[in-house]
Amino acid sequence: MTLSPYAPIVGLFALAAFFALFSVASARIAGPRRYNRAKLDAYECGIEPSPQPVGGGRFPIKFYLTAMLFIVFDIEIIFLYPWAVSFDQLGLFGFVEMVMFIGTVFIAYAYVWRRGGLDWD
Amino acid sequence: MTTPAVYLAQDPTLADFGHDPWWISLIKVVAAFVFAVLATLLGVWFERRVVGFMQVRPGPNQVGPFGLLQTLADGLKMAFKEDILPKGADKVVYFFAPTISVICAVTALAVIPFGPMVSMFGHQTPLQVTDVSVAVLVILAASSMGIYGIVLGGWASGSTYPLLGGLRSSAQMISYEVAMGLSIVAVFMTAGTMSTSGIVAAQAGSDRSASLGGFEFFAPGWYAILLLPSFIIYFISAVGETNRAPFDLPEAESELVAGFMTEYSSLKFALFMLAEYVNMVTVSAVATTLFLGGWRAPWPISIWDGANSGWFGLIWFFAKVILLVFVFVWLRGTLPRLRYDQFMRLGWRVLLPINLVWILALAGIRVLQKENSDAVRWGIIGGALLVILLITLAWPDRRKQPPRPLQEQVNARPQGSFPLPPMDLVVPPSPRARRGVAQRQPANVGGGAPDVVDTTSTEEKED
Repeated sequence: MTLSPYAPIVGLFALAAFFALFSVASARIAGPRRYNRAKLDAYECGIEPSPQPVGGGRFPIKFYLTAMLFIVFDIEIIFLYPWAVSFDQLGLFGFVEMVMFIGTVFIAYAYVWRRGGLDWD
Repeated sequence: MTTPAVYLAQDPTLADFGHDPWWISLIKVVAAFVFAVLATLLGVWFERRVVGFMQVRPGPNQVGPFGLLQTLADGLKMAFKEDILPKGADKVVYFFAPTISVICAVTALAVIPFGPMVSMFGHQTPLQVTDVSVAVLVILAASSMGIYGIVLGGWASGSTYPLLGGLRSSAQMISYEVAMGLSIVAVFMTAGTMSTSGIVAAQAGSDRSASLGGFEFFAPGWYAILLLPSFIIYFISAVGETNRAPFDLPEAESELVAGFMTEYSSLKFALFMLAEYVNMVTVSAVATTLFLGGWRAPWPISIWDGANSGWFGLIWFFAKVILLVFVFVWLRGTLPRLRYDQFMRLGWRVLLPINLVWILALAGIRVLQKENSDAVRWGIIGGALLVILLITLAWPDRRKQPPRPLQEQVNARPQGSFPLPPMDLVVPPSPRARRGVAQRQPANVGGGAPDVVDTTSTEEKED
Protein backbone atom coordinates (compact mmCIF):
# COMPACT_ATOMS: atom_id res chain seq x y z
CA MET A 1 0.00 0.00 0.00
CA THR A 2 1.37 3.41 -0.90
CA LEU A 3 0.40 6.75 0.44
CA SER A 4 -0.36 10.04 -1.20
CA PRO A 5 2.71 12.32 -1.12
CA TYR A 6 0.73 14.69 1.08
CA ALA A 7 0.09 12.03 3.74
CA PRO A 8 3.52 12.30 5.46
CA ILE A 9 2.95 16.05 5.91
CA VAL A 10 -0.23 15.25 7.78
CA GLY A 11 1.67 12.58 9.69
CA LEU A 12 4.37 14.99 10.82
CA PHE A 13 1.66 17.51 11.72
CA ALA A 14 -0.10 14.89 13.84
CA LEU A 15 3.10 13.78 15.57
CA ALA A 16 4.01 17.39 16.39
CA ALA A 17 0.47 18.05 17.61
CA PHE A 18 0.57 14.99 19.85
CA PHE A 19 3.94 16.02 21.30
CA ALA A 20 2.89 19.63 21.88
CA LEU A 21 -0.46 18.79 23.47
CA PHE A 22 1.18 16.12 25.62
CA SER A 23 3.79 18.63 26.85
CA VAL A 24 1.24 21.32 27.62
CA ALA A 25 -1.04 18.89 29.44
CA SER A 26 1.73 17.16 31.36
CA ALA A 27 3.15 20.46 32.58
CA ARG A 28 -0.13 20.99 34.37
CA ILE A 29 0.34 17.68 36.21
CA ALA A 30 4.11 17.52 36.75
CA GLY A 31 4.70 20.91 38.28
CA PRO A 32 3.93 22.06 41.80
CA ARG A 33 0.74 24.05 42.38
CA ARG A 34 1.27 26.70 45.01
CA TYR A 35 -0.63 29.62 43.58
CA ASN A 36 -1.20 32.98 45.18
CA ARG A 37 -2.73 36.23 44.03
CA ALA A 38 0.55 37.83 43.00
CA LYS A 39 1.51 34.89 40.78
CA LEU A 40 -1.79 34.91 38.94
CA ASP A 41 -1.76 38.66 38.32
CA ALA A 42 -0.55 40.06 35.03
CA TYR A 43 3.17 40.85 35.23
CA GLU A 44 3.85 44.54 35.34
CA CYS A 45 7.27 45.09 36.89
CA GLY A 46 6.15 44.47 40.43
CA ILE A 47 3.48 47.17 40.62
CA GLU A 48 -0.26 46.63 40.88
CA PRO A 49 -1.33 45.65 37.34
CA SER A 50 -3.34 48.21 35.44
CA PRO A 51 -6.92 47.09 34.75
CA GLN A 52 -7.24 45.40 31.38
CA PRO A 53 -10.17 46.08 29.06
CA VAL A 54 -12.02 42.97 27.93
CA GLY A 55 -10.60 41.47 24.75
CA GLY A 56 -7.21 43.14 24.89
CA GLY A 57 -8.44 46.67 24.20
CA ARG A 58 -7.38 48.97 21.40
CA PHE A 59 -4.00 49.25 19.75
CA PRO A 60 -2.45 51.63 17.22
CA ILE A 61 -3.97 51.89 13.76
CA LYS A 62 -0.49 51.32 12.28
CA PHE A 63 -0.83 47.61 12.85
CA TYR A 64 -4.05 47.45 10.80
CA LEU A 65 -2.41 49.46 8.04
CA THR A 66 0.55 47.08 7.95
CA ALA A 67 -1.83 44.14 7.75
CA MET A 68 -3.69 45.69 4.79
CA LEU A 69 -0.44 46.42 2.96
CA PHE A 70 0.58 42.84 3.62
CA ILE A 71 -2.57 41.56 1.94
CA VAL A 72 -1.92 43.70 -1.14
CA PHE A 73 1.61 42.41 -1.57
CA ASP A 74 0.82 38.85 -0.56
CA ILE A 75 -1.72 38.65 -3.35
CA GLU A 76 0.88 40.03 -5.70
CA ILE A 77 3.22 37.24 -4.60
CA ILE A 78 0.51 34.65 -5.12
CA PHE A 79 0.22 35.77 -8.74
CA LEU A 80 4.00 35.87 -9.13
CA TYR A 81 4.61 32.23 -8.15
CA PRO A 82 2.81 30.40 -10.97
CA TRP A 83 4.19 32.95 -13.40
CA ALA A 84 7.74 32.32 -12.14
CA VAL A 85 7.42 28.55 -12.33
CA SER A 86 6.22 28.60 -15.93
CA PHE A 87 8.34 31.56 -16.95
CA ASP A 88 10.33 29.71 -19.59
CA GLN A 89 7.20 28.52 -21.37
CA LEU A 90 5.50 31.91 -21.29
CA GLY A 91 8.39 33.77 -22.92
CA LEU A 92 8.02 37.38 -23.98
CA PHE A 93 4.25 37.45 -23.49
CA GLY A 94 4.58 36.49 -19.81
CA PHE A 95 7.29 39.06 -19.28
CA VAL A 96 5.26 41.95 -20.73
CA GLU A 97 2.17 40.92 -18.79
CA MET A 98 4.09 40.77 -15.53
CA VAL A 99 5.77 44.14 -16.14
CA MET A 100 2.30 45.64 -16.47
CA PHE A 101 1.03 43.87 -13.36
CA ILE A 102 4.01 44.79 -11.17
CA GLY A 103 3.84 48.31 -12.57
CA THR A 104 0.24 48.60 -11.43
CA VAL A 105 1.04 47.41 -7.94
CA PHE A 106 4.08 49.67 -7.92
CA ILE A 107 1.85 52.69 -8.48
CA ALA A 108 -0.14 51.72 -5.39
CA TYR A 109 3.13 51.25 -3.54
CA ALA A 110 4.43 54.67 -4.58
CA TYR A 111 1.11 56.21 -3.52
CA VAL A 112 1.30 54.60 -0.08
CA TRP A 113 4.90 55.74 0.26
CA ARG A 114 4.14 59.35 -0.67
CA ARG A 115 1.10 59.48 1.59
CA GLY A 116 3.25 58.37 4.52
CA GLY A 117 1.69 54.93 4.89
CA LEU A 118 5.14 53.39 5.29
CA ASP A 119 6.28 55.81 8.01
CA TRP A 120 6.02 54.15 11.34
CA ASP A 121 5.98 57.41 13.29
CA MET B 1 21.52 24.10 -21.03
CA THR B 2 23.31 20.76 -21.07
CA THR B 3 23.03 18.74 -17.93
CA PRO B 4 25.83 16.33 -17.04
CA ALA B 5 24.19 12.96 -16.77
CA VAL B 6 26.47 11.91 -13.91
CA TYR B 7 25.05 14.54 -11.61
CA LEU B 8 21.44 13.65 -12.01
CA ALA B 9 21.87 9.89 -11.88
CA GLN B 10 20.50 9.43 -8.37
CA ASP B 11 18.61 12.66 -8.00
CA PRO B 12 15.15 12.00 -6.65
CA THR B 13 12.43 13.59 -8.73
CA LEU B 14 8.78 14.14 -7.97
CA ALA B 15 7.99 10.75 -9.50
CA ASP B 16 10.02 9.04 -6.77
CA PHE B 17 7.72 10.19 -4.02
CA GLY B 18 4.53 8.54 -2.92
CA HIS B 19 5.80 5.01 -3.50
CA ASP B 20 7.06 4.28 0.00
CA PRO B 21 5.31 1.63 2.06
CA TRP B 22 3.60 3.19 5.06
CA TRP B 23 6.19 2.03 7.56
CA ILE B 24 9.04 3.70 5.70
CA SER B 25 7.02 6.92 5.66
CA LEU B 26 6.49 6.50 9.38
CA ILE B 27 10.23 6.03 9.98
CA LYS B 28 10.95 9.17 8.00
CA VAL B 29 8.31 11.19 9.81
CA VAL B 30 9.66 10.12 13.20
CA ALA B 31 13.22 10.80 12.05
CA ALA B 32 12.27 14.30 10.93
CA PHE B 33 10.61 14.96 14.26
CA VAL B 34 13.60 13.63 16.19
CA PHE B 35 15.77 15.86 14.04
CA ALA B 36 13.67 18.87 15.05
CA VAL B 37 13.97 18.10 18.76
CA LEU B 38 17.68 17.24 18.59
CA ALA B 39 18.34 20.37 16.55
CA THR B 40 16.78 22.42 19.32
CA LEU B 41 18.69 20.66 22.09
CA LEU B 42 22.00 21.07 20.28
CA GLY B 43 21.10 24.45 18.80
CA VAL B 44 20.57 26.10 22.18
CA TRP B 45 23.81 24.59 23.43
CA PHE B 46 25.63 25.64 20.24
CA GLU B 47 24.33 29.18 20.49
CA ARG B 48 25.32 29.56 24.14
CA ARG B 49 28.76 28.12 23.53
CA VAL B 50 29.42 30.28 20.49
CA VAL B 51 28.14 33.45 22.14
CA GLY B 52 30.24 32.53 25.16
CA PHE B 53 33.29 32.15 22.93
CA MET B 54 32.59 35.54 21.36
CA GLN B 55 32.32 37.13 24.78
CA VAL B 56 35.48 35.43 26.09
CA ARG B 57 33.77 33.18 28.61
CA PRO B 58 33.28 29.42 28.56
CA GLY B 59 29.49 29.12 28.26
CA PRO B 60 27.71 26.02 29.57
CA ASN B 61 30.35 23.33 30.12
CA GLN B 62 29.28 21.38 33.19
CA VAL B 63 26.36 19.10 32.27
CA GLY B 64 27.62 16.21 30.17
CA PRO B 65 30.63 16.27 27.82
CA PHE B 66 31.29 19.88 26.75
CA GLY B 67 28.00 20.83 28.41
CA LEU B 68 26.08 19.06 25.64
CA LEU B 69 23.27 18.00 27.95
CA GLN B 70 22.69 21.50 29.32
CA THR B 71 19.54 22.08 27.26
CA LEU B 72 18.12 18.71 28.23
CA ALA B 73 18.67 19.57 31.89
CA ASP B 74 17.00 22.94 31.39
CA GLY B 75 14.05 21.30 29.68
CA LEU B 76 13.61 18.78 32.48
CA LYS B 77 13.80 21.56 35.02
CA MET B 78 11.11 23.49 33.20
CA ALA B 79 8.84 20.44 33.13
CA PHE B 80 8.79 20.48 36.93
CA LYS B 81 8.08 24.18 37.29
CA GLU B 82 4.78 25.66 38.25
CA ASP B 83 2.36 26.01 35.34
CA ILE B 84 0.68 29.38 35.80
CA LEU B 85 -2.58 30.40 34.14
CA PRO B 86 -2.88 34.16 34.67
CA LYS B 87 -6.15 35.53 35.96
CA GLY B 88 -6.80 37.76 32.96
CA ALA B 89 -5.96 35.09 30.39
CA ASP B 90 -8.27 33.70 27.75
CA LYS B 91 -7.89 30.13 28.94
CA VAL B 92 -8.42 28.10 25.76
CA VAL B 93 -6.32 30.30 23.48
CA TYR B 94 -3.61 30.65 26.13
CA PHE B 95 -3.42 26.88 26.31
CA PHE B 96 -3.25 26.24 22.56
CA ALA B 97 -1.01 29.10 21.42
CA PRO B 98 2.35 27.37 22.14
CA THR B 99 1.16 24.19 20.45
CA ILE B 100 0.29 26.14 17.28
CA SER B 101 3.83 27.55 17.21
CA VAL B 102 5.47 24.15 17.62
CA ILE B 103 3.23 22.29 15.18
CA CYS B 104 3.78 24.83 12.41
CA ALA B 105 7.52 24.95 13.00
CA VAL B 106 7.88 21.16 12.82
CA THR B 107 5.52 20.62 9.86
CA ALA B 108 7.72 22.74 7.60
CA LEU B 109 10.47 20.11 7.90
CA ALA B 110 8.35 17.60 5.97
CA VAL B 111 9.49 18.80 2.55
CA ILE B 112 13.17 19.52 3.26
CA PRO B 113 15.43 17.24 1.17
CA PHE B 114 18.06 15.73 3.46
CA GLY B 115 19.77 13.59 0.86
CA PRO B 116 19.59 11.60 -2.37
CA MET B 117 18.08 8.16 -2.97
CA VAL B 118 19.24 5.68 -0.36
CA SER B 119 18.52 2.09 0.35
CA MET B 120 16.43 1.80 3.49
CA PHE B 121 15.68 -1.78 4.58
CA GLY B 122 15.87 -2.95 0.99
CA HIS B 123 13.73 -0.12 -0.39
CA GLN B 124 15.11 2.59 -2.65
CA THR B 125 13.72 5.77 -1.20
CA PRO B 126 14.67 9.45 -1.23
CA LEU B 127 16.11 10.85 1.99
CA GLN B 128 13.25 13.28 2.36
CA VAL B 129 9.96 12.86 4.15
CA THR B 130 7.93 13.80 1.13
CA ASP B 131 7.90 16.13 -1.81
CA VAL B 132 5.00 17.67 -3.65
CA SER B 133 4.87 19.98 -6.63
CA VAL B 134 4.15 22.95 -4.33
CA ALA B 135 6.66 22.01 -1.62
CA VAL B 136 7.95 25.54 -1.04
CA LEU B 137 4.38 26.74 -0.60
CA VAL B 138 3.97 24.16 2.18
CA ILE B 139 7.00 25.65 3.94
CA LEU B 140 5.72 29.20 3.53
CA ALA B 141 2.25 28.23 4.69
CA ALA B 142 3.62 26.51 7.79
CA SER B 143 5.86 29.42 8.70
CA SER B 144 3.02 31.93 8.19
CA MET B 145 0.66 29.93 10.37
CA GLY B 146 3.33 29.96 13.07
CA ILE B 147 2.63 33.68 13.51
CA TYR B 148 -0.75 32.75 14.95
CA GLY B 149 0.91 30.98 17.85
CA ILE B 150 2.82 34.11 18.78
CA VAL B 151 0.11 36.70 18.26
CA LEU B 152 -2.58 34.61 19.96
CA GLY B 153 -0.22 33.79 22.83
CA GLY B 154 0.45 37.48 23.33
CA TRP B 155 -3.21 38.43 23.04
CA ALA B 156 -4.54 35.66 25.26
CA SER B 157 -2.20 36.44 28.15
CA GLY B 158 -4.41 39.35 29.19
CA SER B 159 -1.41 41.49 30.04
CA THR B 160 0.20 44.59 28.57
CA TYR B 161 3.69 43.47 27.62
CA PRO B 162 2.65 40.24 25.90
CA LEU B 163 -0.03 42.08 23.93
CA LEU B 164 2.49 44.60 22.64
CA GLY B 165 5.02 41.86 21.92
CA GLY B 166 2.46 39.79 20.03
CA LEU B 167 1.34 42.76 17.94
CA ARG B 168 4.87 43.75 17.15
CA SER B 169 5.81 40.28 16.11
CA SER B 170 2.78 39.86 13.88
CA ALA B 171 3.49 43.17 12.12
CA GLN B 172 7.16 42.23 11.85
CA MET B 173 6.57 38.74 10.53
CA ILE B 174 4.04 39.71 7.91
CA SER B 175 6.31 42.54 6.72
CA TYR B 176 9.24 40.20 6.29
CA GLU B 177 7.02 37.46 4.91
CA VAL B 178 6.50 39.74 1.89
CA ALA B 179 10.24 40.22 1.40
CA MET B 180 10.87 36.49 1.86
CA GLY B 181 8.11 35.48 -0.52
CA LEU B 182 9.42 37.83 -3.19
CA SER B 183 13.03 36.76 -2.76
CA ILE B 184 12.30 33.16 -3.75
CA VAL B 185 10.39 34.11 -6.89
CA ALA B 186 13.76 34.38 -8.63
CA VAL B 187 14.56 30.81 -7.57
CA PHE B 188 11.33 29.48 -9.06
CA MET B 189 12.00 31.42 -12.21
CA THR B 190 15.46 29.93 -12.63
CA ALA B 191 14.61 26.41 -11.53
CA GLY B 192 11.22 26.21 -13.21
CA THR B 193 9.77 24.20 -10.34
CA MET B 194 8.56 24.60 -6.78
CA SER B 195 9.43 21.12 -5.60
CA THR B 196 12.39 21.21 -3.22
CA SER B 197 14.11 18.15 -4.67
CA GLY B 198 13.61 19.62 -8.13
CA ILE B 199 15.30 22.86 -7.06
CA VAL B 200 18.30 20.95 -5.70
CA ALA B 201 18.56 19.04 -8.98
CA ALA B 202 18.23 22.25 -10.98
CA GLN B 203 21.13 23.80 -9.09
CA ALA B 204 23.30 20.78 -9.83
CA GLY B 205 22.20 21.07 -13.46
CA SER B 206 23.44 24.64 -13.74
CA ASP B 207 27.00 23.80 -12.69
CA ARG B 208 29.47 24.98 -15.27
CA SER B 209 33.00 23.85 -15.90
CA ALA B 210 35.44 25.12 -18.48
CA SER B 211 38.91 24.08 -19.45
CA LEU B 212 41.38 26.89 -19.96
CA GLY B 213 45.05 26.34 -20.64
CA GLY B 214 45.02 22.88 -19.15
CA PHE B 215 43.29 23.99 -15.93
CA GLU B 216 39.75 22.94 -15.14
CA PHE B 217 37.67 25.83 -13.91
CA PHE B 218 34.45 25.12 -12.15
CA ALA B 219 31.56 27.40 -11.23
CA PRO B 220 28.98 25.82 -8.93
CA GLY B 221 25.40 26.44 -9.95
CA TRP B 222 24.33 27.46 -6.48
CA TYR B 223 21.58 30.02 -6.60
CA ALA B 224 23.36 31.88 -3.81
CA ILE B 225 25.89 32.82 -6.49
CA LEU B 226 23.62 33.08 -9.52
CA LEU B 227 20.91 34.95 -7.63
CA LEU B 228 23.01 36.72 -5.00
CA PRO B 229 20.53 39.58 -4.31
CA SER B 230 17.77 37.04 -3.68
CA PHE B 231 19.95 35.13 -1.27
CA ILE B 232 20.89 38.24 0.70
CA ILE B 233 17.27 39.38 0.91
CA TYR B 234 16.13 35.89 1.83
CA PHE B 235 18.61 35.67 4.67
CA ILE B 236 17.79 39.12 6.07
CA SER B 237 14.08 38.39 5.99
CA ALA B 238 14.68 34.95 7.49
CA VAL B 239 16.28 36.63 10.49
CA GLY B 240 13.28 38.96 10.74
CA GLU B 241 10.85 36.09 10.26
CA THR B 242 12.30 34.03 13.08
CA ASN B 243 12.44 36.97 15.52
CA ARG B 244 16.16 36.60 16.00
CA ALA B 245 18.62 39.33 16.95
CA PRO B 246 19.12 41.99 15.65
CA PHE B 247 15.41 41.82 14.77
CA ASP B 248 14.22 40.36 18.08
CA LEU B 249 11.88 43.27 18.76
CA PRO B 250 8.92 41.16 19.93
CA GLU B 251 10.96 40.04 22.90
CA ALA B 252 13.08 43.13 23.40
CA GLU B 253 14.10 42.66 27.02
CA SER B 254 14.77 46.32 27.63
CA GLU B 255 11.27 47.37 26.56
CA LEU B 256 8.86 44.45 26.78
CA VAL B 257 10.31 42.17 29.51
CA ALA B 258 10.03 38.99 27.41
CA GLY B 259 7.50 40.04 24.80
CA PHE B 260 4.73 37.64 23.92
CA MET B 261 5.93 34.96 26.33
CA THR B 262 6.09 37.08 29.45
CA GLU B 263 3.15 35.30 31.07
CA TYR B 264 4.18 31.81 30.01
CA SER B 265 5.95 29.44 32.33
CA SER B 266 6.90 25.80 32.58
CA LEU B 267 6.70 23.62 29.47
CA LYS B 268 4.54 26.14 27.59
CA PHE B 269 7.48 28.53 27.72
CA ALA B 270 9.76 25.68 26.64
CA LEU B 271 7.51 25.01 23.65
CA PHE B 272 7.90 28.61 22.46
CA MET B 273 11.66 28.23 22.75
CA LEU B 274 11.46 24.94 20.85
CA ALA B 275 9.45 26.62 18.09
CA GLU B 276 11.96 29.45 17.82
CA TYR B 277 14.94 27.15 17.39
CA VAL B 278 13.13 24.77 15.06
CA ASN B 279 12.19 27.79 12.96
CA MET B 280 15.79 28.90 12.88
CA VAL B 281 16.92 25.46 11.71
CA THR B 282 14.08 25.30 9.19
CA VAL B 283 14.87 28.62 7.54
CA SER B 284 18.54 27.59 7.45
CA ALA B 285 17.57 24.30 5.83
CA VAL B 286 15.38 26.10 3.32
CA ALA B 287 18.21 28.50 2.53
CA THR B 288 20.50 25.50 2.06
CA THR B 289 18.01 23.84 -0.26
CA LEU B 290 17.06 26.85 -2.33
CA PHE B 291 20.38 28.66 -2.51
CA LEU B 292 23.32 26.51 -1.38
CA GLY B 293 22.86 23.41 -3.49
CA GLY B 294 20.97 21.38 -0.88
CA TRP B 295 22.54 18.09 0.13
CA ARG B 296 25.11 18.15 -2.69
CA ALA B 297 28.76 18.29 -1.80
CA PRO B 298 30.46 21.68 -2.20
CA TRP B 299 32.83 22.04 -5.07
CA PRO B 300 36.28 20.63 -4.20
CA ILE B 301 34.69 17.55 -2.65
CA SER B 302 32.19 17.06 -5.43
CA ILE B 303 35.00 16.05 -7.79
CA TRP B 304 34.89 12.70 -6.05
CA ASP B 305 31.87 10.96 -7.57
CA GLY B 306 30.88 9.11 -4.40
CA ALA B 307 30.41 12.34 -2.44
CA ASN B 308 26.92 12.86 -3.77
CA SER B 309 25.66 9.32 -3.36
CA GLY B 310 23.76 7.66 -0.58
CA TRP B 311 24.01 8.73 3.02
CA PHE B 312 26.92 11.12 2.38
CA GLY B 313 24.34 13.70 1.42
CA LEU B 314 23.44 14.08 5.07
CA ILE B 315 26.97 15.27 5.93
CA TRP B 316 26.98 18.12 3.40
CA PHE B 317 23.42 19.07 4.24
CA PHE B 318 24.11 19.32 7.96
CA ALA B 319 27.41 21.10 7.38
CA LYS B 320 25.64 23.81 5.40
CA VAL B 321 22.80 24.10 7.90
CA ILE B 322 25.23 24.39 10.83
CA LEU B 323 27.15 27.05 8.94
CA LEU B 324 23.98 29.10 8.48
CA VAL B 325 22.92 28.61 12.10
CA PHE B 326 26.36 29.84 13.07
CA VAL B 327 25.72 32.99 11.05
CA PHE B 328 22.48 33.46 12.99
CA VAL B 329 24.38 33.20 16.27
CA TRP B 330 27.13 35.42 14.96
CA LEU B 331 24.59 38.13 14.13
CA ARG B 332 23.19 37.87 17.63
CA GLY B 333 26.62 38.13 19.18
CA THR B 334 27.59 41.15 17.09
CA LEU B 335 24.71 43.45 16.26
CA PRO B 336 22.61 45.62 18.57
CA ARG B 337 18.83 45.52 18.26
CA LEU B 338 17.18 47.80 15.71
CA ARG B 339 14.61 50.42 16.60
CA TYR B 340 11.12 49.42 15.51
CA ASP B 341 10.54 52.16 12.93
CA GLN B 342 13.98 51.57 11.39
CA PHE B 343 13.19 47.91 11.21
CA MET B 344 9.84 48.40 9.45
CA ARG B 345 11.44 50.90 7.10
CA LEU B 346 14.08 48.35 6.12
CA GLY B 347 11.39 45.80 5.29
CA TRP B 348 8.95 47.98 3.38
CA ARG B 349 11.15 50.64 1.82
CA VAL B 350 14.40 48.82 1.09
CA LEU B 351 13.87 45.10 0.70
CA LEU B 352 10.53 45.27 -1.10
CA PRO B 353 11.37 47.65 -3.96
CA ILE B 354 14.82 46.12 -4.47
CA ASN B 355 13.13 42.74 -4.69
CA LEU B 356 10.56 43.81 -7.28
CA VAL B 357 13.13 45.57 -9.44
CA TRP B 358 15.47 42.57 -9.21
CA ILE B 359 12.72 40.17 -10.28
CA LEU B 360 11.86 42.31 -13.29
CA ALA B 361 15.52 42.74 -14.18
CA LEU B 362 16.12 39.00 -13.99
CA ALA B 363 13.02 38.29 -16.07
CA GLY B 364 14.16 40.83 -18.64
CA ILE B 365 17.63 39.30 -18.83
CA ARG B 366 16.21 35.82 -19.28
CA VAL B 367 13.86 36.96 -22.01
CA LEU B 368 16.73 38.77 -23.73
CA GLN B 369 18.79 35.59 -23.74
CA LYS B 370 16.10 33.64 -25.51
CA GLU B 371 14.69 36.26 -27.82
CA ASN B 372 16.26 36.44 -31.27
CA SER B 373 14.58 39.45 -32.83
CA ASP B 374 16.53 42.66 -32.49
CA ALA B 375 13.42 44.80 -32.28
CA VAL B 376 12.24 43.02 -29.13
CA ARG B 377 15.71 43.22 -27.58
CA TRP B 378 15.98 46.95 -28.09
CA GLY B 379 12.40 47.32 -26.96
CA ILE B 380 13.18 45.67 -23.63
CA ILE B 381 16.43 47.57 -23.12
CA GLY B 382 14.75 50.85 -24.05
CA GLY B 383 11.82 50.09 -21.76
CA ALA B 384 14.17 49.35 -18.87
CA LEU B 385 16.02 52.63 -19.42
CA LEU B 386 12.71 54.50 -19.59
CA VAL B 387 11.54 52.94 -16.32
CA ILE B 388 14.84 53.80 -14.61
CA LEU B 389 14.50 57.38 -15.85
CA LEU B 390 10.91 57.65 -14.61
CA ILE B 391 11.79 56.22 -11.20
CA THR B 392 14.70 58.62 -10.85
CA LEU B 393 12.46 61.56 -11.71
CA ALA B 394 9.56 60.54 -9.48
CA TRP B 395 11.65 59.31 -6.56
CA PRO B 396 10.23 60.61 -3.28
CA ASP B 397 12.69 63.25 -2.14
CA ARG B 398 14.25 63.04 1.25
CA ARG B 399 14.13 66.76 2.03
CA LYS B 400 12.08 67.29 5.15
CA GLN B 401 9.85 70.27 5.68
CA PRO B 402 11.25 72.53 8.41
CA PRO B 403 8.99 72.38 11.47
CA ARG B 404 6.34 75.10 11.38
CA PRO B 405 6.73 77.84 13.98
CA LEU B 406 4.59 77.47 17.05
CA GLN B 407 2.41 80.51 16.42
CA GLU B 408 1.57 79.28 12.91
CA GLN B 409 0.49 75.91 14.28
CA VAL B 410 -1.66 77.65 16.86
CA ASN B 411 -3.31 79.83 14.19
CA ALA B 412 -4.02 76.80 12.04
CA ARG B 413 -6.17 75.18 14.71
CA PRO B 414 -9.81 74.80 13.71
CA GLN B 415 -12.54 76.96 15.25
CA GLY B 416 -13.81 75.78 18.59
CA SER B 417 -10.60 74.07 19.68
CA PHE B 418 -9.70 73.89 23.31
CA PRO B 419 -8.28 77.14 24.72
CA LEU B 420 -4.53 77.08 24.87
CA PRO B 421 -2.52 77.90 27.97
CA PRO B 422 0.03 80.70 27.55
CA MET B 423 2.76 79.22 25.34
CA ASP B 424 5.70 81.30 26.62
CA LEU B 425 5.77 79.94 30.15
CA VAL B 426 9.24 79.01 31.39
CA VAL B 427 9.81 76.83 34.38
CA PRO B 428 11.76 78.97 36.89
CA PRO B 429 15.02 77.36 37.98
CA SER B 430 14.93 75.90 41.43
CA PRO B 431 16.43 78.31 44.02
CA ARG B 432 18.27 75.43 45.63
CA ALA B 433 20.03 74.59 42.35
CA ARG B 434 21.16 78.18 42.00
CA ARG B 435 22.72 78.23 45.38
CA GLY B 436 24.62 75.06 44.48
CA VAL B 437 25.97 76.66 41.32
CA ALA B 438 27.03 79.78 43.20
CA GLN B 439 29.02 77.79 45.71
CA ARG B 440 30.76 75.71 43.07
CA GLN B 441 32.25 78.28 40.72
CA PRO B 442 33.55 76.32 37.70
CA ALA B 443 37.29 76.49 37.15
CA ASN B 444 38.22 78.53 34.11
CA VAL B 445 40.20 75.87 32.28
CA GLY B 446 39.97 77.07 28.69
CA GLY B 447 41.43 80.48 29.39
CA GLY B 448 38.52 82.38 27.85
CA ALA B 449 36.37 84.98 29.53
CA PRO B 450 35.30 83.64 32.90
CA ASP B 451 31.65 82.69 32.80
CA VAL B 452 30.60 84.20 36.11
CA VAL B 453 27.04 83.56 37.15
CA ASP B 454 25.70 86.55 38.95
CA THR B 455 23.60 85.04 41.70
CA THR B 456 23.96 87.68 44.39
CA SER B 457 20.90 89.65 43.43
CA THR B 458 18.60 86.63 43.55
CA GLU B 459 20.10 85.49 46.82
CA GLU B 460 19.35 88.85 48.31
CA LYS B 461 15.83 88.79 46.95
CA GLU B 462 15.20 85.41 48.50
CA ASP B 463 16.52 86.56 51.80
